[in-house]
Amino acid sequence: MNPLLSLNGLTKAYPGVVANDDVSLEIAPGEIHALLGENGAGKSTLVKMIYGLVKPDAGVMQMNGAGFAPVDPRAARAAGVGMVFQHFSLFDALSVAENIALGMETPPPMRTLAARIREVSETYGLPLSPDRVVGDLSAGERQRVEIIRCLLQDPKLLIMDEPTSVLTPQEVEILFETLRKLSAEGTAILYISHKLEEIRALCDAATILRGGKVVGTCVPRDTSARAMAEMMVGSSLATPKAAAHAAGNVLLSVTGLLVASPSAFGMSLKDVSFDVRAGEVLGIGGVAGNGQDELLAVLSGELPCGPGMVRFKGDDLAKAGPEARRGLGVLAAPEERLGHAAAPNMSLTENAMLTGAAREGLARRGMLDWRKTRDFAERIISGFDVRTPGPENAARSLSGGNLQKFVIGREVLQKPEVLVVNQPTWGVDAAAAAAIRQALLDLAADGSAVVAISQDLDELMEISDRFAALNEGRLSAPRATAGLDVEQIGLMLGGAHGMEVAHV
Amino acid sequence: MDLSSINPILLIAAMIAAATPILLAAIGELVVERAGVLNLGVEGMMITGAVCGFIIAVNTGSPAMGFVAAAVGGAVLSLLFAFLTQVALANQVASGLALTLFGLGLSSLMGQSYVGIKPPRAEATPLGPLADIPIIGPIIFGHDLMVYIGLALVAGTWAVLKFTRMGLVLRAVGENHDAAHALGYKVKRIRTLAILFGGACAGLGGAYISLIRVPQWTEGMTAGVGWIALALVVFASWKPWRVLLGAYLFGGITQLQLNLQGAGVAIPVEYLAMSPYIVTIIVLVILSADKSRAPGSLGRTFHASG
Repeated sequence: MNPLLSLNGLTKAYPGVVANDDVSLEIAPGEIHALLGENGAGKSTLVKMIYGLVKPDAGVMQMNGAGFAPVDPRAARAAGVGMVFQHFSLFDALSVAENIALGMETPPPMRTLAARIREVSETYGLPLSPDRVVGDLSAGERQRVEIIRCLLQDPKLLIMDEPTSVLTPQEVEILFETLRKLSAEGTAILYISHKLEEIRALCDAATILRGGKVVGTCVPRDTSARAMAEMMVGSSLATPKAAAHAAGNVLLSVTGLLVASPSAFGMSLKDVSFDVRAGEVLGIGGVAGNGQDELLAVLSGELPCGPGMVRFKGDDLAKAGPEARRGLGVLAAPEERLGHAAAPNMSLTENAMLTGAAREGLARRGMLDWRKTRDFAERIISGFDVRTPGPENAARSLSGGNLQKFVIGREVLQKPEVLVVNQPTWGVDAAAAAAIRQALLDLAADGSAVVAISQDLDELMEISDRFAALNEGRLSAPRATAGLDVEQIGLMLGGAHGMEVAHV
Repeated sequence: MDLSSINPILLIAAMIAAATPILLAAIGELVVERAGVLNLGVEGMMITGAVCGFIIAVNTGSPAMGFVAAAVGGAVLSLLFAFLTQVALANQVASGLALTLFGLGLSSLMGQSYVGIKPPRAEATPLGPLADIPIIGPIIFGHDLMVYIGLALVAGTWAVLKFTRMGLVLRAVGENHDAAHALGYKVKRIRTLAILFGGACAGLGGAYISLIRVPQWTEGMTAGVGWIALALVVFASWKPWRVLLGAYLFGGITQLQLNLQGAGVAIPVEYLAMSPYIVTIIVLVILSADKSRAPGSLGRTFHASG
């Protein structure tokens, strides 16, 4: 069969780094083709070239045998390429229909468009009401908006950038049904992910990138996940291991926590209760936007809560702000690396000062001890393999994975008694993620209590002793992780949105 | 105290005229802010429009030409802001403040030889028999053309933002410029056009003061109206009809308190003078209690990357 899209010798260099080096691949009509690689392997650059956001320095793209060189996304869309972004490119304050109209060249009048949205969403089993405001939708529903936006243009090639990272297992099933249906109708799909089991279940072919080069191709069904991971990393992988340890006293206890969200599009916490003991990792799963950010903010002290709701070793923390809690040993690493966990334009040394001042003794009577702070920053950099020329570099100059290692390392090295992390390995490649997970496990083994909030269920199964699910601001009762299967976890997550149409 | 000295019909007509400069400047700034740009240079663009309009009106003898010149003058000055913020990627707050200072200085320079001159008078719009209707006639149909243009701009802005693709794209750019860019919209071009529109509207508002309200040229004669317009956009939750309400409320109470002062009401002048600010803020704060919020990308610099 003639390929739908063929890429030949694509090269794209940025100052100081070759993002894509002589990349070639072919996709047949109806094929689901996986693009695999670590962070920084060049997957995003490659798909941006196909979607017309970036122009290649060298190389040829062909669509159906004819030359294909989109100058902008409109040209790519006109040629039949649709893309669902990893970080959703949606407008919170606009309605579903308005968002979809923005992604079309010649949108029909709103009423016709709304009818077509309903029609397509029913055909592909993606229930969605066109009048709702996007800011109120769950992550899975937001993704549906993007997918339907693409489908309305009858794409020949659909690019999906890490589509399942924010979905519940049930939502993933719905998505896969949709993708298989599209594939059967002849739409080719370029599927970017680092979740290897999903790729094995879904994809017909895979191209593996490392350091901007194609390092291999495989048929995912016939290749083990481990073999693919090792091709991605280029070496063998170490799986994080928990050292044997006994759970100690309750360090952090949360009872009947009720907090209104400070954001109009946030989720209020309703009657959340749990205990965490010394030496234990409590995993809190759930799709983003179900109260995760609010929970972290309450535990870190950013968001005030009522008296007696949060206790540390029995003492009420209601009146303690973030700095006081750091002094006591309750530390937190929020999800948003740039702007929340770290100040983007400040150096790593200054960022180390920001949360480390109290526990590391970096400030005395209001005077800052920069030498000690630099030492602390350097300890983080060497201890957590943060790749940067030195601690004087601005936080924003680090790649996402490296900054994440720095942010987690900064808290872990302060030897917290309680550490709360949100999405500790979001957007971090496999090797770095394994290192971060190992650090959290080691911390627990040394007698700290760890609360790990994450959307990555595999991660939580790997590191946590007990698991609880946060759904619409409510927390399920924590259960021991050992013996939980995916089905049970899915049910704890409150079922998916629109499960009744899981089988179309 | 002599309240009978206040003629209610003339008072209401004067209220509408008093609100027009604020309304014109505010509706322009509303469009700019809906596109995600915070232009604090409204005052500077107004005074520049005021002097440009005045000079051209005096030299051509035509108030209409004056208003055209005022819109052009305001737009040209705003182009400087567009260059600073959209091309040189300068900070919007600092650039806007600089624009106000620059506009005040530039207008004094340009207007030096025009102090004390009377501009040609703008005639009331010839609406024929409508203006002769008792009470309603003088209140609604007895104004100059700019009053109606101001109203038409509000209605037009509302309709364009709500019903047209152009308005949707503009809102999208203001809401999330990264997403708009990813979809292939020209963020900088759209914002530059919005800034030009805002400049032209501010220029019209300024000329309304120098050609109709006062009418003569004095340095710094806009006297903070641009800042009121800026505040009004925020308190009106970025909604055109609320801007209209706020502008009429503010202009109306300003006029009313002047009349009350003239009538010798036994309230200290200071309280009367602050009343327009207080009443406008209270009413609009109550109105903005719904969940409306600022455009998501307001005031943020857009760097195209990747």
